[in-house]
Amino acid sequence: MPKRSNEPVFWALFGAGGVVAAFVLPALIVVTGLAAPLGLPSPGVLSYERVSAFAASLPGAAFLFVVISLSLWHGFHRIYHSLHELGVHRGLSVVRVLCYGTALAGTALTAYLLVTAI
Amino acid sequence: MAVRRPYVRPMAGWWRRNPFYIFYMLREATSVFVALYALQLLYGLYTLAVGEAAFDAWLVSLRHPLFLVFHGVALAAALLHAFTWFNVAPKAMPVLYLGSHRVADRTLVWAQYLIFAVISVAILGVVLGG
Amino acid sequence: MATHDEIEIEVLRYHPETDSEPSYRTYRVPFAHETSVLQGLQYIKDRLDGSLTFRWSCRMAICGSCGMMINGVPNLTCSAFLREYHPGKLRIEPLAHLPIERDLAVDQTDFLEKLASIQPYIIPAESKAVDEGPFTQTPAQRERFYQYSECINCLLCYAACPQYGLDSGFLGPAALALLHRYNSDSRDVGKADRMPIVNAQEGVWACTLVGYCSEVCPKGVDPASAVNRNKVISTLDYFFRFMAPRGASE
Ligand code: SF4
Ligand code: FES
Repeated sequence: MPKRSNEPVFWALFGAGGVVAAFVLPALIVVTGLAAPLGLPSPGVLSYERVSAFAASLPGAAFLFVVISLSLWHGFHRIYHSLHELGVHRGLSVVRVLCYGTALAGTALTAYLLVTAI
Repeated sequence: MAVRRPYVRPMAGWWRRNPFYIFYMLREATSVFVALYALQLLYGLYTLAVGEAAFDAWLVSLRHPLFLVFHGVALAAALLHAFTWFNVAPKAMPVLYLGSHRVADRTLVWAQYLIFAVISVAILGVVLGG
Repeated sequence: MATHDEIEIEVLRYHPETDSEPSYRTYRVPFAHETSVLQGLQYIKDRLDGSLTFRWSCRMAICGSCGMMINGVPNLTCSAFLREYHPGKLRIEPLAHLPIERDLAVDQTDFLEKLASIQPYIIPAESKAVDEGPFTQTPAQRERFYQYSECINCLLCYAACPQYGLDSGFLGPAALALLHRYNSDSRDVGKADRMPIVNAQEGVWACTLVGYCSEVCPKGVDPASAVNRNKVISTLDYFFRFMAPRGASE
């Protein structure tokens, strides 16, 4: 009998991250990467007070956790598979540990930072 | 008797052979920017925990032209990701029926575009408007 | 329409007894408005070089034997026409990702074994004698799998799938589409038997939804949807297998 793959775990995280990234990231990038640094429409868009209040609220923390961790799982899952497709065979298992390890570490760090902020 | 010696062609450079594959690789490449942007947000969250001075320094660093360019490219990548994701999502969804009618893939794709527009306007409105 | 135009056809040739590797040879072929690419190859075989090997049978896009790469795109040569490529030229190669047996004929063994492994037939709950009548189903039940049963085993989708090219252990688009076709049939109870194949790395998990298989399929089968719906099914099976009622499988 063929061996059952553990890929469903990673694929589920990849899929959830893909949905979140698709619906949320474009607007979020406009806010944090373009509008805030350019001071549009006003300088205080991402003021320390505003952002820390947001991160300390339960919905805000949940939002940040979901967006950051799932985007990491999504991104690194695809990066891993693309490297395989580009013909990286030697050290592929190391690449795998690095990719999913980064996603896992990022998830843990995000959770820690948010829990201490609340 | 004919000799059997099946010839297996090499795959090196396969993704350059067809425009469809090139676009596929472009789609997969969006993941690099999704991951980098998430790391960038994570770093911002870290400075928030360190304190106001660190956070303000992070905000100032975002004004660097290189960061602006990065976020511009990341925005394009995120939009390409969203577009391609919505387009193929119906292939993975269970088939939906309204009564005895199968909901067309096209309808599902447009429904996602609509939700995307609502979410985007909401985020931009709340953060930039309020 | 009269035959006055000529087109250049470049063909990848490989004769295992003399050639160490495949190489291209070019032929000039006259064509009319209704000359198919397959007929162009037949012209070469009949008039220019009788040693050219390729497969065909029905000449009407139903037997699935004439698939080849035309200018890098998997296609049925009997339903593509030389006029579509004029005034450019054609480069015809055997279906990509499959071993070349001879000239334009590929080795189909791997696919045929995979096809057999998914048990591509209805496995009924109880077998019935012919005089007990047929197994019936409603149009709505038929609608759930019909599209997938249109497959003609032409292998264009394998030639479109880079994951199969990179690792031929992958069960591949058509075999998975047909697996899904039987699993979705109300008269079939073979799903539990077929799920281990789906759940394996070589099952649905080798797929990254490139999606080109569905693009090239001449029969509108959409194998990509079969594969990716089964990722969801396999994921649910993975997480909820311990909650399944005992005796549901086996
Ligand atoms: S799924 Fe379509 S492309 Fe693939 S073998 Fe069947 S008919 Fe051909
Ligand atoms: S010859 Fe039968 S499909 Fe083309």
